[in-house]
Amino acid sequence: MKTLVWVEHDGGSVKDATLSAVTAASKLGEVHLLVAGQDVDAVAQAAAQIAGVGKVHVADDAAFAHALAENVAPLVVELMGHHDAFVAPATTSGKNIAPRVAALLDVMQISDILSVEGEDTFTRPVYAGNAIATVQTSDAKKVITVRTTAFEKVASTGGSGTIEAVTASGADKGVSTYVGSEIAANARPELTSAKVIVSGGRALGSGEKFRELIEPLADKLGAGVGASRAAVDAGFVPNDYQVGQTGKIVAPEVYVAVGISGAIQHLAGMKDSKIIVAINKDEDAPIFQVADIGLVGDLFKIVPELTDKL
Amino acid sequence: MKVLVPVKRVLDYNVKPRVKADGSGVDLSNVKMSMNPFDEIAVEEAIRLREGKNGGGVTEVIAVSVGEQKCTETLRTALAMGADRAILVQTDEKVEPLAVAKILKAIADEEGPSLVILGKQAIDDDNNQTGQMLAGLTGWGQGTFASKVELAPDSVTVTREVDGGLETEKLTLPAIVTTDLRLNEPRYASLPNIMKAKSKPLSTKTPADYGVDVTPRIKTLKVVEPGKRQAGVKVADVDELVNKLTVLGIRK
Repeated sequence: MKTLVWVEHDGGSVKDATLSAVTAASKLGEVHLLVAGQDVDAVAQAAAQIAGVGKVHVADDAAFAHALAENVAPLVVELMGHHDAFVAPATTSGKNIAPRVAALLDVMQISDILSVEGEDTFTRPVYAGNAIATVQTSDAKKVITVRTTAFEKVASTGGSGTIEAVTASGADKGVSTYVGSEIAANARPELTSAKVIVSGGRALGSGEKFRELIEPLADKLGAGVGASRAAVDAGFVPNDYQVGQTGKIVAPEVYVAVGISGAIQHLAGMKDSKIIVAINKDEDAPIFQVADIGLVGDLFKIVPELTDKL
Repeated sequence: MKVLVPVKRVLDYNVKPRVKADGSGVDLSNVKMSMNPFDEIAVEEAIRLREGKNGGGVTEVIAVSVGEQKCTETLRTALAMGADRAILVQTDEKVEPLAVAKILKAIADEEGPSLVILGKQAIDDDNNQTGQMLAGLTGWGQGTFASKVELAPDSVTVTREVDGGLETEKLTLPAIVTTDLRLNEPRYASLPNIMKAKSKPLSTKTPADYGVDVTPRIKTLKVVEPGKRQAGVKVADVDELVNKLTVLGIRK
């Protein structure tokens, strides 16, 4: 089977999510890549280094600069003429583009796969991860998004893919334009790729306390900063901090949950972390049922002391 | 202009899903069912537009649901919130997002909405597909995971929740919008409005009326509970926690 993997990039480098998608695709067969964007030579060069990849299709056009699904999907459909599966990481851009591709190919997408059980059979979470379904598709062409935390990243070097330019005529479909973005300038590791994450919950009480307590601890651990949905809803931090079923799905080496009770929806987003540390004043909080190391007590005393002693 | 709002009947978000012992799925007998939370946000947004907020210019909000007879309840909820009329596309089959998108495409062809607002995903199957698929089938622009919608006479500007922050796109009408959590807080239907909703028009169709084949493409072989994590140890104080972290090599 020939697979085509969507390369997620920031215009300069390949994002880690791509490397997990390549691992998933490699279980299906040959891996080819699609780099779409504007002035993406550097990305294409980097993509060709990814271990085990064959062709790297490069579509360089202003219409692809912001990965608008309206322009990218027809390009993917064209390339799917000689590929059997389209595989994208289940990031916001993968989730935006892949279903549009699936509809144009008249196939059902298989969303957010956790494993490849066979060439047409996969497992995927349903009901916010409260159940795992094994599903089998009867579609000849497959469109798949990959839960990146469920697949190891393939090595980003050692490969020798061949770069092939894709000519894209009439790439701009003219129904959508990019206006702008506010990407939080953040010196911290990105949540989905951080090795350590410190997350805060509603128990912190305010945005000031969140910053005052969580950020120094995260600095000490070189960690990314996350939050529960309750903390986001209470306005302590912006939504892109949110870890959980409706936020980001993370699986770092270490996840430190501070003042997070452990609602189902939060657990769904972090329970695949290797080590979970929980600090909470309620000893019956559900977070302790999944934590490897728990400390019951007042976070306003514990966190500064911990930050100090680390 | 018209706004079309598809809504799905799902297991209420407060109910813990139980996997059936035979592994055939999640048990939905005798449990509370409600409108998918993201769809409630979609209905709210459509009504706000009709009320003249965020640009306005909307004259009619049409709610649509695809599924069994009981989806009528979900549609009545949408009507009670403020939708003007409803269409039930009735079938006892489990309809996949692709077939739902095809039915919605047929309804869009018939009704000519300027905007279709959908929830970004249903909280049962967690597919996150229908809106994008409908956009693909219609060839319209798609503003997915919206946290802000501003309607103009011939375009809609959508602020989207993306990894790492926000992104804004401008789409030519007609267009598709899918909702994220922060777009708005849905209203509760008042008792008088619930009563009024009972007399609002609700028409019933079938997938065949729209010439759509709903035969599933995906077979669910089994459904199991996820592996449980073992609870670990509790430590007494910060010093013990620091020791543990040191042993595990977590200290920076």
